[in-house]
Amino acid sequence: MNTNDLERILAAHAGRKGALLPILHDVQHAYGYVSAEAEAAIAKALNLSRAEVHGVVSFYHDFSAEPDPRPCIELCRAEACQARGVEAIVGAAEEAAGNRVQLKTVYCLGLCSVGPAARSGDTLHARLSEAALVELVQSA
Amino acid sequence: MTTVRISDDALALACGADGVAAAFEQAGWTVERVSSWGMHWLEPLVEINGIGWGPLAPARVGEVIEGKADNLCIGPIAAYPWIASQQRLTFARAGQTRPLSLEDYQAGGGWQGLTRARAMASSEVVATVHASGLRGRGGAGFPAGIKWQTVLNAPGAEKYVVCNADEGDSGTFADRMVMEGDPFQLLEGMAIVGHAVGAGQGYIYVRSEYPHAIAKLNAAIALAEQHLAPFRIEVRVGAGAYVCGEETSLLNSIEGKRGEVRAKPPLPALEGLFGCPTVVNNVLTLAAIPHILSDGGAELYARLGVDRSKGTMPIQLAGNIKHGGLYETAFGITLQELVYDIGGGTASGRPVKAVQVGGPLGAYIPPEQFHLPFDYEAYAGADALIGHGGIVVFDDTADMGKMARFAMEFCAAESCGKCTPCRIGSTRGVELIDRIRSGGKVTADAVEALPQMHNARKAGRSREEDLALLEDLCETMQFGSLCALGGFTPYPVRSALKHWPEDFGL
Repeated sequence: MNTNDLERILAAHAGRKGALLPILHDVQHAYGYVSAEAEAAIAKALNLSRAEVHGVVSFYHDFSAEPDPRPCIELCRAEACQARGVEAIVGAAEEAAGNRVQLKTVYCLGLCSVGPAARSGDTLHARLSEAALVELVQSA
Repeated sequence: MTTVRISDDALALACGADGVAAAFEQAGWTVERVSSWGMHWLEPLVEINGIGWGPLAPARVGEVIEGKADNLCIGPIAAYPWIASQQRLTFARAGQTRPLSLEDYQAGGGWQGLTRARAMASSEVVATVHASGLRGRGGAGFPAGIKWQTVLNAPGAEKYVVCNADEGDSGTFADRMVMEGDPFQLLEGMAIVGHAVGAGQGYIYVRSEYPHAIAKLNAAIALAEQHLAPFRIEVRVGAGAYVCGEETSLLNSIEGKRGEVRAKPPLPALEGLFGCPTVVNNVLTLAAIPHILSDGGAELYARLGVDRSKGTMPIQLAGNIKHGGLYETAFGITLQELVYDIGGGTASGRPVKAVQVGGPLGAYIPPEQFHLPFDYEAYAGADALIGHGGIVVFDDTADMGKMARFAMEFCAAESCGKCTPCRIGSTRGVELIDRIRSGGKVTADAVEALPQMHNARKAGRSREEDLALLEDLCETMQFGSLCALGGFTPYPVRSALKHWPEDFGL
């Protein structure tokens, strides 16, 4: 972990009201996870206990305490995508993902009229057939 | 005639709009990226001199350029029945303006509401909103004017305006479309609230699942700074917690805390963000404000709708529906019209089995009740809710027992953990529904069998007893939960059980 990056992030948010979530987003983005050392440094900068910071990290789905370098595909499995048949194609996607790709479930990408929908990074995919989803997972 | 307009809304992008735009550019055309008309089954939709083609694939761009591809042509878009039959106030500019063009926004009537509001006294602005009959579009339907009045009257040097853009309900996308397609309208609405209640700072809390909306809002805030000044707006990004759509957990989240629900009172209007009086309104509520503050806007708004549900509602048609998208119309329209006449029935072509109105916490409604008018009170009377105006259609292959189980499972996954009925009740609910669906259990479950559970019965329950227990659990959750997550999860469960008992093996 490059501590310069962390110091830069903390400096960028210095004095900001309610800065913890923006800081955690930046740390998660920069390192891929929020390490124990990062939690301690953030706690010190914001005058919080490490437990308070960890409590926030563990509460939100977007932050992780462990690194996972695998590529990630987020698949929506909320009601509207279920109504459009996502459950029938999940199995094939899981098989294609195996252990190489993280296949995460998200609840809603806001593409509820053109599901099944998925997200890889900031790229969105809609009207996914089984073949299209498998291809998306394989190319991740 | 070499300009084509294509939406850059996230949904259009997901459907391949960038590829279509690239094909036009390659052919030497000028591509103008505009907001989406909201006809999602036609995306990517392209517009050339008012005429629309969609859904267009890059391979057929050549045909459109030659004026062919007749089977994709829908004629003049503005006159297309799906658009022409709407009454668009909040989405009046949808499809017609470049989202980040101040010039387009101004030409479309932008900033008139703010200019007019700033010439009025605070109390006059609040009275205007009150007279319009506008109710909170986030789900609770609380009159916006009363909330503002409370904040205006509250003592405090520092006050805040918070926009709830944590649109986590499945089947809803209207907030996203406002933020991506007409961001200045939302900013203008917030600045008007700021003037009305005496707040200098606004926050927009956007869910992290909406990266395109976040980018557009940040760009729009930078562009509109001078129009908004002295009011300041900052975007705060959520972190994947559904419960942060609840206003008090949203406030905790902005403050940098776990997104746990706060007990009310105190109301956020009196002690909200950082302990200060705070207006928390949904994107659609705030986006309706500029129109209401424009000349004659409040009177028009109050004339539309039915009973106590005034004005228009941007309804979102989603799920297994042929013509899905954004349909803004006055309150009072029936589900029959929405699902069949406008939505064209299911996308799969099979019969409609159920619709869920109001997101994951909304009731499942059978076709026999499709006469219900879109109205807060009529829905409440039928044990259902309008919520954020999302309608998810299911065809006859849907297993409603499974959907009821999913409702509990979703609540368990997203519960903030603060109150017991929601945190524990949802997990017990999943187990109960599993037991009922598996044909009734014979033994006590793992927790009941623990030696320290002195008062728990060790014998199994009959299915009737399990059903009574589920009903009891639903009642406990409904009346004992701190917020709508635990409190409304019983709606989909009970409605599914009531209308489709056969899906529970009954």
